[in-house]
Amino acid sequence: MKPTDTSNPEYFHRVVDCQWACPAHTDVPEYIRLIAQGQFTDAYMVNRESNVFPGVLGRVCDRPCEPACRRGRVEDKPVAICRLKRVASDLKGAFKDRLPVVPETSNGKRVACIGAGPASLTVANDLVPLGYQVTIFEALARPGGLMRTNIPAFRLPAEILDSEIDVILDMGVELKLGHRIDSMEALLDEGWDAVFVGSGAPRGKDLDLPGREEASANIHIGIDWLESVAFDHVEKIGERVLIIGVGNTAMDCCRSSLRLGSTDVKVMARKPRDFFKASDWELEDAEEENVEIVVNHSPKEFVLEDGRLVGMRFDQMEYQVDDDGRITDQRVIGERFIPADDVVLAIGQENAFPWVERGLGIEFDKWDVPIVDETTFQSTRAGVFFGGDAAFGPKNIIWAVEHGHQAAVSVHKHCTGADVSDRLPVTMNLSSRKMGIHEWSYKNDYNPLERGLMPHVSLTQRFRKLNIEVELGFSPEQAEKEVQRCLNCDIQTAFTDRLCIECDACIDICPTDCLTITGNGTEEDLRQRLKAPSENPDQLLFVSGPLMHTARVMVKDENLCVHCGLCAERCPTAAWDMQKSRFSFPYAIDEEEACLSRNRRSA
Amino acid sequence: MSYMSKPRIAHPGLKKNALGLTRRDYEGGMSTLCAGCGHDSITAAIIQACFELAIEPHRVAKVSGIGCSSKTPAYFLSASHGFNSVHGRMPAVATGANAANRDLSYIGVSGDGDSLSIGLGQFCHAMRRNLDMLYLIENNGVYGLTKGQFSASADVGSKAKRGEINEQPPIDPVLTALAMGGTFVARSFSGDKEQLVPLIKAGLKHKGFALIDVLSPCVTFNDHEDSTKSYAYTRQHYHPALETDFVRPAEEIMADYDAGAAMSIELHDGSMIVLRKAAQDYDPQNRGTAFAYIKDKLRDSEFLTGLLYVEETAPDMHVLSHTADRPLVDFGWEDLCPGSSALPEILKRYR
Repeated sequence: MKPTDTSNPEYFHRVVDCQWACPAHTDVPEYIRLIAQGQFTDAYMVNRESNVFPGVLGRVCDRPCEPACRRGRVEDKPVAICRLKRVASDLKGAFKDRLPVVPETSNGKRVACIGAGPASLTVANDLVPLGYQVTIFEALARPGGLMRTNIPAFRLPAEILDSEIDVILDMGVELKLGHRIDSMEALLDEGWDAVFVGSGAPRGKDLDLPGREEASANIHIGIDWLESVAFDHVEKIGERVLIIGVGNTAMDCCRSSLRLGSTDVKVMARKPRDFFKASDWELEDAEEENVEIVVNHSPKEFVLEDGRLVGMRFDQMEYQVDDDGRITDQRVIGERFIPADDVVLAIGQENAFPWVERGLGIEFDKWDVPIVDETTFQSTRAGVFFGGDAAFGPKNIIWAVEHGHQAAVSVHKHCTGADVSDRLPVTMNLSSRKMGIHEWSYKNDYNPLERGLMPHVSLTQRFRKLNIEVELGFSPEQAEKEVQRCLNCDIQTAFTDRLCIECDACIDICPTDCLTITGNGTEEDLRQRLKAPSENPDQLLFVSGPLMHTARVMVKDENLCVHCGLCAERCPTAAWDMQKSRFSFPYAIDEEEACLSRNRRSA
Repeated sequence: MSYMSKPRIAHPGLKKNALGLTRRDYEGGMSTLCAGCGHDSITAAIIQACFELAIEPHRVAKVSGIGCSSKTPAYFLSASHGFNSVHGRMPAVATGANAANRDLSYIGVSGDGDSLSIGLGQFCHAMRRNLDMLYLIENNGVYGLTKGQFSASADVGSKAKRGEINEQPPIDPVLTALAMGGTFVARSFSGDKEQLVPLIKAGLKHKGFALIDVLSPCVTFNDHEDSTKSYAYTRQHYHPALETDFVRPAEEIMADYDAGAAMSIELHDGSMIVLRKAAQDYDPQNRGTAFAYIKDKLRDSEFLTGLLYVEETAPDMHVLSHTADRPLVDFGWEDLCPGSSALPEILKRYR
C-alpha cells in the first residue's frame, strides 16, 4: 500500500467515528471532554456551532453517532452521546454574549425562507450575523416545523424548543406566522436576492384499502394527527387504537394515543422485527409503556358496521429470510380481524410542491421533486435553494441543520456574485497532547464502566398529562460517569516513520493489538498479516512509509484502537505522538472571512 | 514509567490456548523500564511463548538477580512464583528451588552485568551441573541501572555515550557456555520475535540448562552511533545461522523443509526442534566446530543467532545427584526429617 496521507483531513476525521457519522460533524469528543471538566456552557457552544439546536437534539436526535461509536465495537454499548448533549444543554449557563454579533447595518440583501423548521432557522442563524435580512414564512401559528408538530411534547417540551428558536429569532429575523406561500412565482416576483425552501415533507402517505373512505372519520394520517395534537385540536382518541407502520412516527403516534385516552394500542407491522424502521430506543420506550407490537400482519381492509369503523382485517404473513437477512419469499398463511375504534396511518411521508409553478426554471425529476445539487443545495434556478426534508425527502433534524449550513454558504456566495460550487475545503489542525514524559493533556485511562441508563418518570405518573417529559435527563453524577466512557478518538495516534527504530515497544504494549510492523503489501494481503485479525474492512488501515532499518512498514488497524496513548508513551523516539485533531467545517461566516482576507491581501 | 496501567480491554478476536487462557492472562505488571527498552520485547516474547505452550502459570517459577533485566520477571506471568535474589546469585537460588521442586518450569532472567561480572562463577556452575532451567541473558553491553558504564560484554572499539572507547575484550556468554558444557546454547535479538519465541519454547522444554543470550539494546545508554549493541548495529550485524521451529508433541510438522538443510531433534517430552541451517557446514551438535565457527564470525563482527548448540541426552542436576524422581516438596515432613532419634544411624554411616 502507499503510505497513508494523514495530512488529508479525511483520514483522521474518519477515525473520529461519531463526528464522521454526524451529518453536521459535531465535535463530540471535544464537548464530552468539556462536560467532564464541568464546562457545560462551553460544551453547549461547541454543539451549537455545528448543530444549532443542542437542547432539541439532545432529546430527539436520530443519533447516527451512536451506532458508529468506537466504544460499541470495543464493548457492547456506545457512549450515550445524545444524553450527554442534553446534559450540556440542561446545565449550561448564560451564553447569549457568546453568539455572533449582528451588524447594526444590513448588507442590503434580502433572503426569503419558506417554512420555519430546522433548515430555514439554520439558514437564518448563519446569514443574519453577516448582515442579511432574512424573512421566514410559516404556514402554521408557531415556528419549529416538524420539531413542533410531529414530536410530542412528552419527548420534547415546548419551552426547550421555544428557547432555542428564540435565540435565532432574537438575532433579528423577520418571522411571518400563518403565512402560507401558495405561489413560488409570486414570491420570486417580490425580488428577493435568494429564496430558500425548507418546507419539509408534509404529506403523509395514505392507505388505499376497502372501507378507507367510509371510515375516514376514524382513520388519521399520522403526521397530520400529531400536528393536531400538538396544536390542541385533538384531545382524545378511542380506547382501542391500531397504528399502521413501525417507524419513529408510529412510535410517537402510539405513545400519544396512550395519553389521549386509549388503553389498548397495537402497532401493526407487516414484517418481522429485524425490518422495523424505528430506532431501537424509540421501540424500547414504546414497549416500556405496554404498547403491543404485532408483527407479520399486512393490512387488507377497514371493517365497518353501521357506517362506523369497528376494526381492520389483516393478512397474516410468513417470510423466508436468507443468511444475509434479506427476505427471499413471502406467503399469506391466514387472516385475522382486530377490533379498533381508531386507526392511525404512519407509513411514511413525502414532499409535495403543488405551489411551485412549472416553467420558472426550477426543474423537477420523474418523481416530481425538484432537482437539487447535493453540495450547494441549489435548484436548477440560480438563487433558489432547497434544504431539509424538502430537498431529498424525509431525513432527520440533524440533516436539515447541515443542509441549512450548506445552503447558507451557497446563498452568501450567490449574493456576493461568487460561484456557489467553489467552496472552502475542510481543514485540520493537529497539536500534540504531550505534557511531560508520561503525562498527556487528556484522560487516557480506559474506564470499563457500562453505559448509563436514562431515568424515566414512572409509568403511573407520566400519562396524567400530555406534556410530561418522560426522560428526566442524566444527573450530574451520571454524566460524570458516562463521560469517562468516551475513548477520545479525536486524540489521534500520529506516526513519524523516519523516527522509528523498530524497537517493538508500541507493538508489545498495545492492549488491542492494533499495531503491526511487517513487509508492505496490498491492502488485502496486509489485512491477512496483522497481529490481530482484521474484522472490519470499513475501518481504515494506516500504513507508514518504509522504516529506516529494515524498510518494513508500520501498519495500524483503526478498528479497535482505544486511544490510550500507550504506544506514544512507550515510544523512545516520539515516533508515535498523541495529537488532538480539530477540524474546521466552513460555514457562511468563514466564507465571508476568507473573502475579506483575500481583499485585504490584494489591497 | 507509566502512570496508567495497560487497559484490561482486549481485541475480541484474541485467541485462547488449550487452557482457555489468552495471551493477556500471561502478562504481569506495567514495565517501569525506559520506553523502547529491548527487555520489554523479550518480556513480550516470554509471554507469547508461555501462552503458546499453554503452560499453567502457577507451575512456573521466575528467578532473577539485580539489574534492569532482573526487574523484568515482574512484568510477565503475574500468577507464577517468583524470587528476586541478590546480585549475581540467581543461579544459586534457582538451584535450591529446583532441588526442592523439580516439577516446576524455571525461568531465570539475568543481564550481562549480573551474569558476566558479579555472577560469572554462579553462571558457570549452573551450566556445569546442567540445572534444568531456561536462562535468559538480556545483553545490552552496559550497566543501565547505574547509568551506562561498559559491562563485561562490551565489544572492543565500542564507544560509550560519554565518548570513551572500550578496549577490554568482551566475555561472550555463548562461547562461555560452550566451554562450560552448556547443553542448549542460543543467541537471539529482542527485535526478532519470530526467532526468539520458538527459542524460548524450545529452551523451556529442554531437559537441562538452556541459555539464550538475547541482544537487547539499551535505548537510553547504548543506542547511539558507534555503539555495537544499538538497534541499528545489531540489525546490520546479526546473522541467523539456524532457523529454529518448535513443534509440540503429537503436533504434525507442517512446514516444508529442504531435506538436506533441515534436521530435527527430539526433546525429552516428545516435542521436536526443527533446525534449518543457513550456513552450509554448520553442525549444531558438534561443540568443537560450533565454538570455532562462532568465534570466527565474532572476529568479523557478525553475531550468529539461532540455536547454536544443543545436546539433549546429557544428564541434568537431578540425574547427576541421584535425587528422587518425586519432588522433595511432595514428601511429608516425617520423610524429609526423620528426627533426632534417626541421627545416630545416619552418622554411623560416616564413621
